[in-house]
Amino acid sequence: MSALAGIADLPDRGVVVCCGSGGVGKTTTAAAIALEGARRGRRACVVTIDPAKRLADALGLEALTNSPGKIDGDWPGELWALMLDTKSTFDNLVTRYAANPEQAEGILRNGLYRNISGALSGTQEYMAMEKLYELQEAGRFDLIVVDTPPTRNALDFIDAPRRLTRLLDNRIFRLLIMPTRAYVKAVSFATQAFLRTVSKVIGGQVVSDAVAFFQAFEGMEQGFRERAQHVMALLSDPGTAFVLVASPRRDAVDEALFFAEKLLESDIGVDALVVNRLHPPFGEGAVDRDRGALYANLADFRDIAAREEHHFAALAEKVAPSPVARVPFLADDVHDLEGLRTVGGHLFATA
Amino acid sequence: MDPAGFCTQARVLIVAGKGGVGKTTVTAALARMAAQAGLTTLIVEVEGKSGLGSAFGRATPLTYEEVTLAPGGGPDGAADVRARTLTPDDALIEYLRDHGMKRVSKRLTSSGAIDVVATAVPGIKDILVLGKVKSLERSNSADLIILDAPAAGHAVTFLMSAHGLLDAVRVGPIRSQAQEVIELLTDASRCQILLVTLPEETPVNEVVETAFKLEDRVGVSLVGVVVNGLYPEVDGLDADPGDVPEAAELRAAAAFRRARHDLQVTQVARLAEALPLPQIHLPFLFTTEVGPAEVDVLARALAESITRLPDPAVSTSS
Repeated sequence: MSALAGIADLPDRGVVVCCGSGGVGKTTTAAAIALEGARRGRRACVVTIDPAKRLADALGLEALTNSPGKIDGDWPGELWALMLDTKSTFDNLVTRYAANPEQAEGILRNGLYRNISGALSGTQEYMAMEKLYELQEAGRFDLIVVDTPPTRNALDFIDAPRRLTRLLDNRIFRLLIMPTRAYVKAVSFATQAFLRTVSKVIGGQVVSDAVAFFQAFEGMEQGFRERAQHVMALLSDPGTAFVLVASPRRDAVDEALFFAEKLLESDIGVDALVVNRLHPPFGEGAVDRDRGALYANLADFRDIAAREEHHFAALAEKVAPSPVARVPFLADDVHDLEGLRTVGGHLFATA
Repeated sequence: MDPAGFCTQARVLIVAGKGGVGKTTVTAALARMAAQAGLTTLIVEVEGKSGLGSAFGRATPLTYEEVTLAPGGGPDGAADVRARTLTPDDALIEYLRDHGMKRVSKRLTSSGAIDVVATAVPGIKDILVLGKVKSLERSNSADLIILDAPAAGHAVTFLMSAHGLLDAVRVGPIRSQAQEVIELLTDASRCQILLVTLPEETPVNEVVETAFKLEDRVGVSLVGVVVNGLYPEVDGLDADPGDVPEAAELRAAAAFRRARHDLQVTQVARLAEALPLPQIHLPFLFTTEVGPAEVDVLARALAESITRLPDPAVSTSS
């Protein structure tokens, strides 16, 4: 059976999340899965985070766009792609949940908000998931494939939607913006003293921005919290498949094992494993290196292929019985649809 | 250029590159080479990764407390390789403690306000990490301090943080900290950046882009670029294996090696054209894990490649 058959044949409105550490080929894998979906007649969309320039060009992603662009080709389905614009995705979210345009404006102009939308660690993860949810809700596509930012910890993006609500729930600031109730007042006094100390270190402007931010957000947390719950629900939905992407080197495998562990712990699990950049084995068995360069070279390749197989086996076992796809070292970097088709050929190869 | 001279151009050497290019391996090899040249070396790791420890045969992860990864001494008179982590949270707590705000630091962490502060002032954590590196530099804690910079596109942001912070924070101790960090980063006699890449198309494009950003926006001095994972050149791969049972495999393996090698040569040339920096070449090791033996091999290769570099022109800055 074909390695990742189940992935491209997900039920209608299926979602595929490609995760893994940096430099292992997540973006390429995500794009190749979406292309395969289109070739199987589905309306597929790939959400990319930081594609290499030539691949971005090939997918028609010259600039950050928050709406998908269509890529024409000779497939029965449709292929769409978009490159995530974290900041404007966040801005849209604020505008959606604000009670009125004034509230939205107040937040969008706030210094702390600008920092959150641009720099809060986890914002990119959060917005990738948010965009996924938005596209899925709209129902325009029947296969959405998302690339994820290179985080070390899988929980960073599973948890990302919750991070903002945690920030909004911050006790100190909540107390600070509700100084009217008598019992809070006493606490608030200590809080004020605390904030004065913080101001000394980071400057009063920052603290007053923070206070203004929490005041501006007043009443919107509930909307955000519910939205975060929907996103979480989508991630743990059976129609959402997690594809773990790795390379067969020891350190990358260790990171992938850690990733898989976290996904399993959070009851999400790994639905498929993709291992990129495998050396071809050129047969197997011991080779007498002393018979000259040709033999030493063959011995080198058999040796490294065996080592890679060994690391890879540990990972495959971890995610068993999920299917595993192997992608060998390719002659060229993938920077066009032809390259993606080649990768797809390996991912969906019939064995 | 001799390896000791290379390692003493500045006390702080920041190793930067995208994920998956072997930055941590290069950091380990560089530390080993410096120690073999008699320089006490301290590796500072900021992401809590396990790779550095295992490169020196250490089973447990690094800690905030400094540990000796490879003791010096021995017939070659090597110096110690020490290492520590320096995560942003640790750096913030230490900063507050050192500035008489120990009680606040507890409250900051327990209340979650630390997240608010870090969000309100993006880059504050990076500044504290770099500020700590600066104080390690000032206290002469080692002859060479190697900072394994954050991976992915974060290196530029990480090093840019001080500039961003000066815009956001107008007064106070954090501002002066940021100014001191900028002084360190922009002083070529105190701090240099070593880039790492692979001889492949995308990594080459990315390292070129990073190099220009770092020079233009951060004003740092780039000491060179390490091209990691080059297939060593082997003679005799064109030979005809003759009529042996494994002839097909021998030919296929040789052809694969030649093809990869040719691709790499093309990319190395492309890099040389796009980026006028000294290139340091490291071989591809036919192994999947890096331990002390591999680090030694790479340290030797690094030393050989550096020895082949011309001596740097005498600095014209006063």
